[in-house]
Amino acid sequence: MIRVKVLLFARFAELLGATEMDVDVGAPATVRTLLDSLRTLTGGAQLPPTPMVARNRIHAQLDTALEDGDEVAVLPPLAGG
Amino acid sequence: MSFLKETPLDVRTVAHQVVSPERGGVVTFIGAVRNHHAGRAVRQLEYSAYGPMADLEFARIVEEAESRWPATVAAEHRVGTLDVGDVAVIVVAAAAHRDAAFDACRYVIEEIKRRVPIWKREHYVDGTAGWVDPTAPAGVILPVE
Repeated sequence: MIRVKVLLFARFAELLGATEMDVDVGAPATVRTLLDSLRTLTGGAQLPPTPMVARNRIHAQLDTALEDGDEVAVLPPLAGG
Repeated sequence: MSFLKETPLDVRTVAHQVVSPERGGVVTFIGAVRNHHAGRAVRQLEYSAYGPMADLEFARIVEEAESRWPATVAAEHRVGTLDVGDVAVIVVAAAAHRDAAFDACRYVIEEIKRRVPIWKREHYVDGTAGWVDPTAPAGVILPVE
C-alpha cells in the first residue's frame, strides 16, 4: 500500500467536493489504479474515462507508476489563454 | 517570479523582458476576454490554475521555443476574475528577424493552451455559469440544475 496526495481542480474539485486528499492505493500503483479508487468516492463516478493527470507536476500517462508520497493532480480539460 | 499574475497585465512590462537592440523583430500576442462563447453572452471569467506546475510547464515551453528558433520569449497569464475586454494572456517573442519571432510566439501560445494547467469558469449575462471545456461538443460544461 502506498499513500499519495491527490490534488483536484476546477470542475473535478466540485465533483468530489475537495481540492486535496490523501489516498491509499495498493502497490504496485499506477495512475490508472489511483483513478479507479477515486471513482469509488462520492462524485468520483463522474470523472471522465481518461482525464489528464500530472505526477509531481509533470504530465503523466495512465500507466505511469506511482510511489509513496507522490503528488498526483487530476486535471480537468485545460482552458488557458 | 510567477508566470501567473493576479493584477492587470501590461504589454510594455512583458515586452521589456525580451526587447533588445539586436532583436529587430518583435511579435506580441494578446488574448482578451470575449463577450460571447458557445452562443452565450459572457459577462465575466474566472481563471484558476495549478500554480507550481503552471510555472514549471511554462518554463519548459519557453525553453523548447528558444531552442527551436533564435528567439527570446516572455509571457504572463492572469488568474482571478476578469471582465469582458480584460487582457488574459500576453506573449512577446523577440528575434533578430520576424520569421523566428512569429514562429516562436505562435508556438508558445498554442502550447500554453494545450499544456499549462489553467481553468476558466464563464459567468453568463443570464446569471448562469459553466466550465470551459474545449474537448466537450458544446465547448463548455454547464452545471446540472
